[in-house]
Amino acid sequence: MDIQSAKIVATGTDPDTGYDSFRLGGFAFRRDEYFAHIEWPKGSHIIEIDRFLRAMVRDIGWGFFYGWIFFDDIFGTTNHYGTVDVFAGAYDKGYKDQGLDHLETFPAETVKEAFETISRNWINEGYDPLNAPLETGSPLGPKTTERSDPLVRGFAAASRMLGLEGEPPVRSDATGHPINRAFADMEFDTPEIECEPGFEGQLHAINLFDHIARADVTWNPSFTAITGASICCVTSEEHMLPVIHGNDRNEWFIQLTDEIHWQIADKNTGAPRGMIVMKSGDVCAMPADIRHQGFAPKRAMLMVMENGTPGLETRYASGELKPYPVDFG
Amino acid sequence: MAYKTHIGSLEAYEKGTIELNDDLRKYAFSNVFEVAGSAAPFERRAVAQNLEYVAEVMRVEGDSPWYAAPHDEFAIVMDGEVTFNFVKLEDDQVPGHAGGAAQLGAQPNGPAMGRVTARRGHQVLLPKGAAYQLTSARPAVAIVQTMDGPVTVKRWSEICTLGDA
Repeated sequence: MDIQSAKIVATGTDPDTGYDSFRLGGFAFRRDEYFAHIEWPKGSHIIEIDRFLRAMVRDIGWGFFYGWIFFDDIFGTTNHYGTVDVFAGAYDKGYKDQGLDHLETFPAETVKEAFETISRNWINEGYDPLNAPLETGSPLGPKTTERSDPLVRGFAAASRMLGLEGEPPVRSDATGHPINRAFADMEFDTPEIECEPGFEGQLHAINLFDHIARADVTWNPSFTAITGASICCVTSEEHMLPVIHGNDRNEWFIQLTDEIHWQIADKNTGAPRGMIVMKSGDVCAMPADIRHQGFAPKRAMLMVMENGTPGLETRYASGELKPYPVDFG
Repeated sequence: MAYKTHIGSLEAYEKGTIELNDDLRKYAFSNVFEVAGSAAPFERRAVAQNLEYVAEVMRVEGDSPWYAAPHDEFAIVMDGEVTFNFVKLEDDQVPGHAGGAAQLGAQPNGPAMGRVTARRGHQVLLPKGAAYQLTSARPAVAIVQTMDGPVTVKRWSEICTLGDA
């Protein structure tokens, strides 16, 4: 694997829209009022700008997540935990068959810097790609004023459990997180914790649903509780997952409220495998050989169980571990 | 627009659907309320497994045995109200097995640490170094984040949607 040393470079400013164009290695990026355009030595691609920016800021915030992040069927990244592949058509049968696919590997920090630079330049004040579409402005049109607040938020990770001393706080009115409109019908109370003298602070409980209901971001799982390398992430989901996630390990979904529709496809070719509709209480594995994309008609609460054991990606990729989690015997 | 949030319960849940051109065993699709509805009280049925890590569903009804694990565990109450009682373990009482909850023979003789009363949507720390007991006067449901251990029960073929084959 050759690791590119190139960094993001601005290559000009469009005189009509005001947006900058960029180059990262062999990839060129430019946007117009409606679309992001990506070019590489053997091909080019176009992505609707809202989808492109929603995917890009999440890829930054997730630290490129576990495995493949497809912005759409053609363009995306693969996390090697230290380095990141940027690819176009590398997991699309048509591009592969015609030899139009392209992939370059960069240090993760280089890709992070590149994506932050592009996002900063292409996101205007009033548009928040981490919010649900009903809760934010439009990314369309020419450049106006760049946003000045942080690009990403809501990714604070607990190392043991949310709300413990020294850990990220549970969301509340005091932290600036009101209950989202979609969960306004729910009643929230607080668990009662009664400690015997001498054990104050050693028992802990939170209202997890209240915490999720106050999320001001969507499709953004954050760590809440950790057992060894087993990570409980929770997230509120509305509209559509702005990326297609290709797993490099097995992960599990536990649907806490409402429902999410998941389109499942083969990870390497994109060939459709079908649909899963998860409703409250449903549990489902996402095997290591698929890509999936979720659709939530109404804002829903989802719990994701990840295994953060280092090196798992290579054990699955080598075939040492089966791409599915359960042995039925 | 007024939204209606749908949350399942032991008494009323609607399981989703899985329609794939694939072996459905790979997806191990189940429902925690369905699993708890057919489980014996305090049977810790695995519904998710990530190598050595599991999520167990527990039907909480009456007083559970006492459990302890050599690591932190976490419980999310999905239906009903559950009281968690905690007892501090001496160092030589902390389980020495690799992982997961172990059932103790009786209430440990350490000092009482206190209790937590939790309802639907609450997440409770079951800390390493403590034994715990769950109690509920009425049937309740909890999901426990833990490791595959001595009391983990696996009945995948019974709990998972496997299609018509």
